[in-house]
Amino acid sequence: MPDVTFTVDGKKLTAPAGTLLIDACRKAGIEIPAFCYYPGLSLQAACRMCVVRQEKVPKLQTACTTTVAEGQVFVTESPEIAQARKATIELLLGNHPLDCPVCDAGGECELQDMNFKYGAGESLYAEAKHHRDEQQWSPAVFYDRPRCILCYRCTRMCGEGMDVWALGVNNRGADSVIVPNDGQQLDCEQCGMCIDVCPVGALTSGSYRYKTRPWEMNHVSTVCTHCADGCKVTLGVRSTTDGAEIIRADNRDKSGINGDFLCAKGRFGFDFVESADRLTKPLVRNSAGKLEPATWEHALSVAAKKLKEIRDSRGGAAIGVIGSNRTTNEENYLLQKFSRTVLATNNIDHERTTDYASFARALAGHPGKTASLRDIASACAILLVGTNPTDEHPLLAWLLRTDVRLNRARLYIANHAPIKLERQARAMQGLPPNGYKDLTTILDRGETDLAKAVKAEESLIVIFGSEIRGTAIHNLVTWGLNRGPNPDSVRFACLGDHSNSRGAADMGLFPDLLPGYVPITEPGAFVEYADLPPAAGKTLSQMLDVATAGELGALLVVGANPVSRAPLNPAALKNTFLIVQDLFLTETATLAEVVLPAASLYEKSGTVTNTFGDVQIVRKAADRAGVKPDFEILVRLAEAMGGPIKGLVPFGRAGTTADLGQSRGAQSGEADRHAVWLEANGLEPRLSPFDPFALFDEIERLVPGYAIDRINLIAGNDVHSEPASPGLVPVTALAGEDFIVPAHDTLFTSGTLGRYSAALKQLEEHQAKELAKSAAD
Amino acid sequence: MSPNHPNPESIPVFSPQLAARFDALVQKYPVKRSALIPMLLYAQDEVGYLSDAVVAEVARRIGITELEVRNVATYYSMLRFRPAGQFNIQVCTNISCLLRGAYEVYERFQEELGVGPHGVTPDGVFSLEEVECVGACCWAPAVQVNYDFHDELKPDLVPGILSGYRGKAKAGNNGASSLEKKANSKEPHA
Ligand code: SF4
Ligand code: SF4
Ligand code: SF4
Ligand code: FES
Ligand code: FES
Repeated sequence: MPDVTFTVDGKKLTAPAGTLLIDACRKAGIEIPAFCYYPGLSLQAACRMCVVRQEKVPKLQTACTTTVAEGQVFVTESPEIAQARKATIELLLGNHPLDCPVCDAGGECELQDMNFKYGAGESLYAEAKHHRDEQQWSPAVFYDRPRCILCYRCTRMCGEGMDVWALGVNNRGADSVIVPNDGQQLDCEQCGMCIDVCPVGALTSGSYRYKTRPWEMNHVSTVCTHCADGCKVTLGVRSTTDGAEIIRADNRDKSGINGDFLCAKGRFGFDFVESADRLTKPLVRNSAGKLEPATWEHALSVAAKKLKEIRDSRGGAAIGVIGSNRTTNEENYLLQKFSRTVLATNNIDHERTTDYASFARALAGHPGKTASLRDIASACAILLVGTNPTDEHPLLAWLLRTDVRLNRARLYIANHAPIKLERQARAMQGLPPNGYKDLTTILDRGETDLAKAVKAEESLIVIFGSEIRGTAIHNLVTWGLNRGPNPDSVRFACLGDHSNSRGAADMGLFPDLLPGYVPITEPGAFVEYADLPPAAGKTLSQMLDVATAGELGALLVVGANPVSRAPLNPAALKNTFLIVQDLFLTETATLAEVVLPAASLYEKSGTVTNTFGDVQIVRKAADRAGVKPDFEILVRLAEAMGGPIKGLVPFGRAGTTADLGQSRGAQSGEADRHAVWLEANGLEPRLSPFDPFALFDEIERLVPGYAIDRINLIAGNDVHSEPASPGLVPVTALAGEDFIVPAHDTLFTSGTLGRYSAALKQLEEHQAKELAKSAAD
Repeated sequence: MSPNHPNPESIPVFSPQLAARFDALVQKYPVKRSALIPMLLYAQDEVGYLSDAVVAEVARRIGITELEVRNVATYYSMLRFRPAGQFNIQVCTNISCLLRGAYEVYERFQEELGVGPHGVTPDGVFSLEEVECVGACCWAPAVQVNYDFHDELKPDLVPGILSGYRGKAKAGNNGASSLEKKANSKEPHA
């Protein structure tokens, strides 16, 4: 659309013809109040708060539905307009209870703000207010009708945004109520988006309601610890006697890839940090064979002594290491460096949920071909192969729906099962469950609807799930790279599970691949590493096999629960000294000799990489006495083994120079507190050995694909990384496809971690009941 | 399921005639959901009110959710979710009728029937409600009984009206058919 020029409050503004006046004004810094208008949702024009005066038009106009055209003249603030808005508020307050002193929204309520601005403090209405009791629709969603101002943001968000359509409006006029789809209950995805967009306190959340006042919280912006999409989340935290607790999660500032979106897990599934099952003291197995609480010093020295003893007597090959899909990039990098240089072993792996290694290999030599999650939000055409994003990648599903709805993107789906996103799809291609390998043939033949339509697309983003592995990835990528005359027009994304599974792979938690998928056998790789063992190590299942055979001396498991995947006879590990770092006493931790209580992603700083390769900064929000970040645990373990920790983490005066990375202030992380200690001891307070950013320097320098824009990263933006280093030598991986076990998480599960979230459990039970009800109908 | 509780799915919600009529109705509009309001009205005439089963069946026929049916149905005061009497008496008390004695008429109905607003007589023959303008202002005060009008009323005319309907109730005719006739006559394209 061509630009037009118009006048608002005497200022000349320019915007594309057809832009909504309210948007054009907001861009120009002129705020027009609005209750019902919500960017991205259909227009409602229900509240009349946005009224403005347009020259030559007899009545006040709603800025949320007026589109700008050449030469128009508007006034947005005048006594007449203020009077109109005041009258609107007065009507809204006719039945509003004014329970601001106890309302969750008090202090961040749009109605309060408007009242404050227009001063509709008294009402001329003498009628008694309608009262209706508050209703609980699900464990997550409560509705307080008297507070509702009938802006219909919730119904539109649920319908258009979520494609769930679980909320409706019954009755008429002042009797109108928002109603859930199952009588008095909500049968839905329980995302809480409706609560989030409610401008007042009418919809409140089961986990936050009546817990605090907004101004009593600190707000920390970090990254969700659940699925691999990496939503930015703002955690509301409050001090407690033993740390700081999280009481709310949302993303109201709309920063990040996800804007205001969060799914049920991101919004309600943070309560595991407060779980009564949380480990807060190290445990060491005593002579009676029982795990008993111990001090950190004791537990670390027991673990370190044993690791040192086995390494020195039997060699590093007798030690195995299993890393995590949820720890930070710095922790993963440190873990593999610790394994390879201190424990002298390449026996390192993680619980693979998808085949990132084959993805990197397939893209070797083709830089710029990976899609970021941001690319999805505005892509013209997307081919989605396998997986069910609605359950497993809620943010991706949200972005796909939004792209189709707002940008008319064309979505193509190839899947072996029906999935909800088909409602947005242009064409579908059914496949037998084992038929994904034939997809490229089908696409090449160009006979089916989908194949024909995809062929006609000029640019395409190909997103595939863990159904596609190994050579199938190679085939799909090769097909994509060769599909059109314009090789720049294709990009790919490989979907895995959990918040940092991509980071685990990128940081080299592989027996045969170093960070950045550099083969261990590549000459001159990571020369900085002292005594890097030259041969590939054992995979996770091989390690468990040798352990069962009694031939593995020690196994260090960080934030993983391999026993839940492959149930082991406890006796099988009797010859293996098992050390586990985790939040909970998982099936694996119960078998350990030493258990070290770890901090969750919400209790530490660092970076994580989502499944699209977007790197984001993680900031410490909560705190729990007794636990330590895995980073610190590993450094301490190395130190207790007598290792030279300066070689492991470059810190202090003589180390590599690096910036501190963290912001100042109350939540700036453990490094700051260590800095205080360093200063008190006359040391240079530049870096601490526990500062993950000391290591981020090294990652940036050594890991192919991670030389990223640090200013943007630290500013809180997502920064895309590239797994396909130009020098990557294709190798036949030791790691086969059979080591991959997708988590198949639902909207309310999140691997082992999700089991410790009471909120997610309740939602799961609620939805199971709803399912049973509708099955009985 | 016990034989006393037959599977509800096997009980047709609508008569075969009405079902056939609905089949035709949904074909008539560019989008099916345009048939929603006429369907609800006809269903109410046949079943007496919009029961859960009616709502579910209408939703199924149009291909929308039950919630969407309720969103629309609850907007209109002429659609009911509770059974009314066989003859639903709607007394207009809007301005023209009010000025010409509507409340006296309304009170007389209450006395004669022994029920209050929204009441149903124990025998289920009559129900009573107060409504907004029924479009017969020139002949105020007016009442509407199902689809029949009675105008220029006086309280003393009330017993006669009621006994007329009592007679019809014995004859088993509820007057809904008059709408059917009217609706049919207005369907030149059917
Ligand atoms: S929680 Fe989400 S899915 Fe459920 S009603 Fe609210 S917006 Fe809709
Ligand atoms: S519940 Fe909230 S979002 Fe929904 S209509 Fe009422 S005020 Fe608006
Ligand atoms: S689980 Fe995934 S989609 Fe849900 S909030 Fe977390 S990162 Fe976002
Ligand atoms: S914002 Fe324009 S009418 Fe509500
Ligand atoms: S006012 Fe009673 S019919 Fe119009």
